Amino acid sequence: MTENDVDHKRRHFLTVATVVTGVVGIGFASIPFLSSLKPSARAQALGAPVEVPIGSLQPGELIRVLWRGRLVFVLRRTEEMLASLSDNTGDLKDPNSEEKDQQPIYATNEYRSVKPEFLVVEGSCTHLGCAPLEDFEIRPAENWNGGFFCPCHGSKFDLAGRVYNGVPAPTNLRIPPHRFVRDDLILIGQDTGAA
Amino acid sequence: MARIEAEVGTPKGGLLRWIDDRFPLSETMRYHITEYYASKNFNFWYVFGVLAMVVLVIQVVSGIFLTMNYKPSAAEAFASVEYIMRDVEMGWLIRYMHSTGASFFFIVVYLHMFRAMLYGSYKKPRELIWIIGMLIFFVLMAEGFAGYLLPWGQMSYWGAQVIISLFGAIPVIGDALVEYIRGDYSISDITLNRFFALHIIVLPLALIGLVFVHIVALHEVGSNNPDGVEIKEHKGPNGIPLDGVAFHPYHTSKDLVAIIIFLMFFSAVIFFAPEMGGYFLEHANFEPANMLATPEHIAPVWYFTPFYAVLRAVPDKLWGAILMGGAVLLPMFLPWLDRSRVNSIRYRGWLYKVALTLFTVSFVALGWLGMQPADRVFVLAARIFSVIYFAFFLLMPYYTSIDKTKPVPERVVYRA
Amino acid sequence: MLKLNTVARFIVVAACLVATQSVAIGASEIQLQEANIDPENIASLQRGARNFMNYCSGCHSAQYVRYKTIGKYLELSEDQLIDNLMFNAANTFETINVAMPADSAERWFGKTPPDLSLRARAKGADYIYSFLKGFYVDPNSPTGVDNIVLSGTSMPHILWELQGFQAAIYSENIVDSVTSLEFEGFEQVTAGSMNAEEYDDFVRDTVNFLAYITEPIRSERRRLGVWVLMFLLFFLIIATMLKKQIWKDVS
Repeated sequence: MTENDVDHKRRHFLTVATVVTGVVGIGFASIPFLSSLKPSARAQALGAPVEVPIGSLQPGELIRVLWRGRLVFVLRRTEEMLASLSDNTGDLKDPNSEEKDQQPIYATNEYRSVKPEFLVVEGSCTHLGCAPLEDFEIRPAENWNGGFFCPCHGSKFDLAGRVYNGVPAPTNLRIPPHRFVRDDLILIGQDTGAA
Repeated sequence: MARIEAEVGTPKGGLLRWIDDRFPLSETMRYHITEYYASKNFNFWYVFGVLAMVVLVIQVVSGIFLTMNYKPSAAEAFASVEYIMRDVEMGWLIRYMHSTGASFFFIVVYLHMFRAMLYGSYKKPRELIWIIGMLIFFVLMAEGFAGYLLPWGQMSYWGAQVIISLFGAIPVIGDALVEYIRGDYSISDITLNRFFALHIIVLPLALIGLVFVHIVALHEVGSNNPDGVEIKEHKGPNGIPLDGVAFHPYHTSKDLVAIIIFLMFFSAVIFFAPEMGGYFLEHANFEPANMLATPEHIAPVWYFTPFYAVLRAVPDKLWGAILMGGAVLLPMFLPWLDRSRVNSIRYRGWLYKVALTLFTVSFVALGWLGMQPADRVFVLAARIFSVIYFAFFLLMPYYTSIDKTKPVPERVVYRA
Repeated sequence: MLKLNTVARFIVVAACLVATQSVAIGASEIQLQEANIDPENIASLQRGARNFMNYCSGCHSAQYVRYKTIGKYLELSEDQLIDNLMFNAANTFETINVAMPADSAERWFGKTPPDLSLRARAKGADYIYSFLKGFYVDPNSPTGVDNIVLSGTSMPHILWELQGFQAAIYSENIVDSVTSLEFEGFEQVTAGSMNAEEYDDFVRDTVNFLAYITEPIRSERRRLGVWVLMFLLFFLIIATMLKKQIWKDVS
């Protein structure tokens, strides 16, 4: 056979076709490996919504629950606590909760909650993820109406989880998706109805 | 071919040149790929080397991803395998790849070794390639054995129990050695943990290293061919063997076809028969290890059964172990046992052809017998086939030297 | 007979110790009946799931099986799962566990009832089918019944209300003056609420479900396999054409 018998066009086309199919094949083959890294059924099971009974929660009392391995505060705020929220607004970075990602739409309000009384907020500082401590003592001298204080880098949040000015945390504490199953039962991790 | 040579001669671009000044990249590519010449008359039997490499890659990749979810502890191992099979997304596919890959590794390696026996690939100057290959085979057996313990099923446990106890046959140090291997008074969490380390680090590293050396040695002396003639003895004016074609693109394009056909068989098993009738995944291994009850019928996984049958054929613990070890080790001496003047079976006389046929039948028969219960008939049959197995090797210097050979052609036989 | 090494001897001793609980002795002699299950039959699997939950799950767990997984393949909604199948679980993510603590189970039955997640894969569907049909009256047994497939089983005949009770009929064989008993078949002693055919279907559905839970991804695996093979076939055609084209150089 001579050089002339070689159909260079055909050979080029077949080479390209083989390489492309091979690359696509490797792409397909990588799917099982990459998808095996996603949260497994067990991780999803452990990350399932958490029911929190709040029937016996007293005004001013705070409980800690874990949802998806993340700390969530459930605080039943007193009348005074709720009243104090409007006093803080001057010192806050985002008093009207304009950062959309920080709370579901039904918690985008003055109290950052579904029912004003009950605050459900993630106990994870928006600076670097430390767990803030509650500090409900009112100290007018320090201009402190009670709220949350992060021990790591000193970020401060009010009783609606809104961040103060002049601290490292950039945004308000995150409100997880949640809904009231009954008056005395909150489900954290699941929204109302369709959502 | 002219076109390809032209490409090699073109001046290198910036990055490639920068690398080449610091690392022999182009030179290595030329030496091992674009200017490695192997005979053009390779047949079916010559694809299993590259297929073994493909399986190695499959095992390494699937193994890494299994490790991400597997727990090497007696309490959790079995459940973690089921976790991979059920809870991890597509984890079942990764696990079946690995379990099927183990069996296919041995299928491919056994056929690869058989090729060497057909065409005398172990003979001078390729003795060292053969010895390295045998070392690969030993490491592979250890790898398969260590890996089989990890699912911590009934067969994992009792299979390991029997095989490790074999070392107890060694006089004086036997019992102490068995304890040392297990790291405990029985097979336990400790054994599982160390087998895990061996299976995922030590043995794969050894395997990859040996495979590398195997290929370097092969490329030093050049590949054999179905005619067993030396293609380097007839070179063209450009110094290229007349019967050789470049590994790339000729053998690569051919190997790719083989790889795809192989992957079709591989996928057929994974997707439609992952247990392969109980040969690739044994039924009893779907029960967690139970120290109180041996499964009613215990046999090693199929790739060990030819040697296991030899063990059972011998009515003595020490000699059983010695002969089994002998059965595994003997092929290593083939380069010196074979006295024939020709390499390929194509030019050998009827004696070798009969001997190789008997050997092949014995090997397969022993494999089958190793899976059967140790009944009297089966043990007797195993003895007969064991004798043939050993006779093939031990009588080889005699029958290969008196065997009438046919004249060997100067050049390889090839029809386009 | 070959001389056993110490290990083999140990194994034999161990095997004899557990012979009463072991399968080998009984099963090897008895011809298993074919279960003829159809893993693609969703209705059968749904009935099997209901049977399993009503009759098996009181004592047997299926600890690797999640309700959600079953619901998806069996085409059951969350509510259907919760209402019909989930007796001691609150969340569809949960696995099938038993309420009965393992140690009291061991006290009541002599051993913990085995987990059924993988039972049909380890033993085969035919085995379980034959086992569930193989209970017969045996006054010497603490449970009042024995099983033709697994002699000396500690499991009581929990399906007696459906099947009724049967007796095993043996024929006597005398070979070389040694009398041996050969199992001939069963004879109905008291009737259950189902006739023989209904009971077979009941057991078949249950076994179908037990086989399904051993590998819930089975049908997904087979479906995916078809696509993979089709892709490889396409690749094979192209690669073969390329190989032929390139090898035109070689003469």
